[in-house]
Amino acid sequence: MGFDVIYKRYAESSILIEWPDLINVSILDDILLFKEKILKHGLNQGIEIIQAYNALLVNYEEAHFNFENKLSELKKIYISKTRISREPPRLWKIPVCYDDQFGIDLEVISQQKKISKEDIITYHHSSLYTVYFIGFLPGFLYLGGLNEKLFIPRRSTPRLQIEKGAVAIGGNQTGVYPKESPGGWHIIGNSPINFFNIDSETPCFARARDRIQFQPVSLKAYYDVKVLVEAGVYQLESEVIDD
Amino acid sequence: MIKILNPGFYSSIQDLGRVGYQQYGIPFSGVMDKHAAAFSNVLLGNIKSAAVIEMTMTGPTLQFNTNTLICISGANMNPTLNNIPVKYNRVIKITEGDILSFGKLITGFRSYLAVLGGFQSEIVMNSQSMYAGITKEFVLRKGDHLAIKINNSLEENHNAILRVNSSYLKTSRIEVFKGAEFNLLSTEQQRKLFTNNFTISKNNNRMAYQLEEPFINFLKPIITSPVLPGTVQLTPSGKLIILMRDCQTTGGYPRILQVKETGINILSQKFTGNGLSFKLA
Repeated sequence: MGFDVIYKRYAESSILIEWPDLINVSILDDILLFKEKILKHGLNQGIEIIQAYNALLVNYEEAHFNFENKLSELKKIYISKTRISREPPRLWKIPVCYDDQFGIDLEVISQQKKISKEDIITYHHSSLYTVYFIGFLPGFLYLGGLNEKLFIPRRSTPRLQIEKGAVAIGGNQTGVYPKESPGGWHIIGNSPINFFNIDSETPCFARARDRIQFQPVSLKAYYDVKVLVEAGVYQLESEVIDD
Repeated sequence: MIKILNPGFYSSIQDLGRVGYQQYGIPFSGVMDKHAAAFSNVLLGNIKSAAVIEMTMTGPTLQFNTNTLICISGANMNPTLNNIPVKYNRVIKITEGDILSFGKLITGFRSYLAVLGGFQSEIVMNSQSMYAGITKEFVLRKGDHLAIKINNSLEENHNAILRVNSSYLKTSRIEVFKGAEFNLLSTEQQRKLFTNNFTISKNNNRMAYQLEEPFINFLKPIITSPVLPGTVQLTPSGKLIILMRDCQTTGGYPRILQVKETGINILSQKFTGNGLSFKLA
């Protein structure tokens, strides 16, 4: 509460709410708080919300929709002091193998950025990343916190097929491809973890505000973990963190 | 049961899609042309959200192993029942052993087959809509057997007379709202959006329709933000992309227009080479 948020009509029965154009944890907190308040206020009204770095898209069931009414309702909810109880964020430790077998673009980045491959890997796994939202593909985490030294424009021609688990860098972002997909980011490693599980009650383990730490593992450890993941017995390491 | 003898070009089970799972990056999916699908269901006395078969360009060949009622709507693909032509937008009585097949595409691009009670198939996250990676199958295949939900009595007369409005199959004018980044366009760009004619490129599917004509663009990508089916994106290289039902939940290209629901239905019936123009709603 306290940002100059902008409301825009979007489609027949949707309203887009925009925050300043920044990737920033205090904006994320404000967005998530507003989202929870909207959902609490409109419980069972069929409200669907898509959240991103600096926006909420609130989709209403069309039959009930009146733009002006909803707009003033949203403005009231934003400044309301509705209490929201939320679970504390968790820190997830994600094994990543940065071996050349997976890190097929390490060489290119190294040449372009004039950083050694070892340094690229170190910079990547020493940062603590914040999960901002899930989008693009089922289970694709949008993370903030990439070391500036690793900022690199996306590939000019996207690859048609990127392997499941590929850990990649594009622009000022990093992420893990949860399944095979086309993509334009530079690939530096691979994680044996499933980021999306359709059979689970919560198909993604991570939520917005959680933190991610990548833990470098050897090729051997990678395949060991992969076997456990495929058998459905791998326990991902995580801990509750102080908010 | 219904047996798929030939699946046609691209046939899938669809309902009104998956709502409430976008927070996990899961697309809405669902029938491309909601108008046509709902029409068939309503005519049979089904609920609007009953699952139907969405058929694309060329229809399947199906054998019914049960007595039932069906209705076909949307694109006209010259359907025949045991080689005898049958009508669109009418309740058709099916006798066990009947074979339904489709011929040449006449109008539109996507046709819908509804069955009394609706099709039964895997339900994932409250929806039967097929989507790769969410449902086990994303298209119907030869030899598949489809179950039908326990239906109301066949004796009831479901043959309500509804006025058919198929004119949308031929229109090329797409009604739109201004998109979230519309105001960043130059006056000249804004004018051209509504005066130019556009053509659907060969890159068109349930995820998105890319338009053929390059559109001059000076806008930079935006910070990744929510999108919806119907969102029109403008890429850095000047391509216009209209997102459709299977689209991703967020995107990084400026959103210059938002196609109305009726426009998405119209677009769903268009394909490679078809023309269109945008009109502000």
